Amino acid sequence: MPNTRWYMLSLIGKDRSGIVAHVTSALYEGGCNLGEASMIRLGGNFSMMLMVQFNGNMHALHEVIDNEAESLDLHLHIDHIEGRLHDHLTPDVRITVYGADRAGIVAKVTGVLAEAGLHILDLESDVAGTAEKPIYVMNIEGHAADGIPVLRSALEIVKKEGVDASLDEIDTLIG
Amino acid sequence: MALLNILQYPDPLLKQMAEPVEAIDNELEIFIRDLEATMRAGPGGVGIAAPQVGILKRIIIVDVSSKPKIKQHGRLVLINPEITEWEGMAKGREGCMSVPDYTGNVIRAKNIKLSALNEQGEPCEYDMEGFEARAVQHEIDHLDGLLFLDRLVSRHHDLFQRKVYK
Ligand SMILES: [Zn+2]
Repeated sequence: MPNTRWYMLSLIGKDRSGIVAHVTSALYEGGCNLGEASMIRLGGNFSMMLMVQFNGNMHALHEVIDNEAESLDLHLHIDHIEGRLHDHLTPDVRITVYGADRAGIVAKVTGVLAEAGLHILDLESDVAGTAEKPIYVMNIEGHAADGIPVLRSALEIVKKEGVDASLDEIDTLIG
Repeated sequence: MALLNILQYPDPLLKQMAEPVEAIDNELEIFIRDLEATMRAGPGGVGIAAPQVGILKRIIIVDVSSKPKIKQHGRLVLINPEITEWEGMAKGREGCMSVPDYTGNVIRAKNIKLSALNEQGEPCEYDMEGFEARAVQHEIDHLDGLLFLDRLVSRHHDLFQRKVYK
């Protein structure tokens, strides 16, 4: 397809049933192809990020999706991206960090890990426990650009800050 | 020796049940040699199953000896393999030569007992664990028309979420 472009659509709004079906059928009917997507409920809100291939400009894409987004009360943002499919990086390390919830924990942990060569491909975090005693849980999949041992030592530093952390190598089986 | 063509999903042959091998003859020996060459030609492939090249026979080859420091049996040709015991569960990442450009998390048994015929047609038994056990389970799935895509779990899937408290 010549002249097709990739866009990144972000849609955020209060979670309700049928959001995904409504949004994706509007896109389909408007002539869009879906690429990679990530959709998740966060704190009662639903957030979607979709790679969309569309044979038209930003204005035309807005015409395809604006009405649906508005009727679902979704905040919409569209970026033109230099994206492409089949550009996956395979993670080779999984890191889990958890501890009593406190300010700055994510910044501290990810900062130390980034310095040790961690390239984050996927991060999800949650606050568990109770309102009085919240527990912070973070799960990262990434690529260890400088090797696993450096990351292990970095995690030891993180643990001295009073959180628990574990690291598993991801050895992808191809068969 | 010939390299065989690896079928890719959605080829319907990948979703079919393979038939047990009845006799090990010269033709089969040649096929096994070609199947192994095909596995080794693929980047990083540690196993292959006959249905991946369109032959619906219960034959797999596994060789995880490229991974140092793990318990394993080296190069294995397994004919009519059957898992007789499973123990434990572990989540690990898998990809497949028949599903290019995708990897995902799959839960497999940690330890298995396996019976199969070797290339000479002799019955053999194996105790396997970890990565090798995972490879064998992935390949035996191919014999039953299953891909790792049929067993994907999300990355935050908790192995113990269905634990029963007594
Ligand atoms: Zn496979």
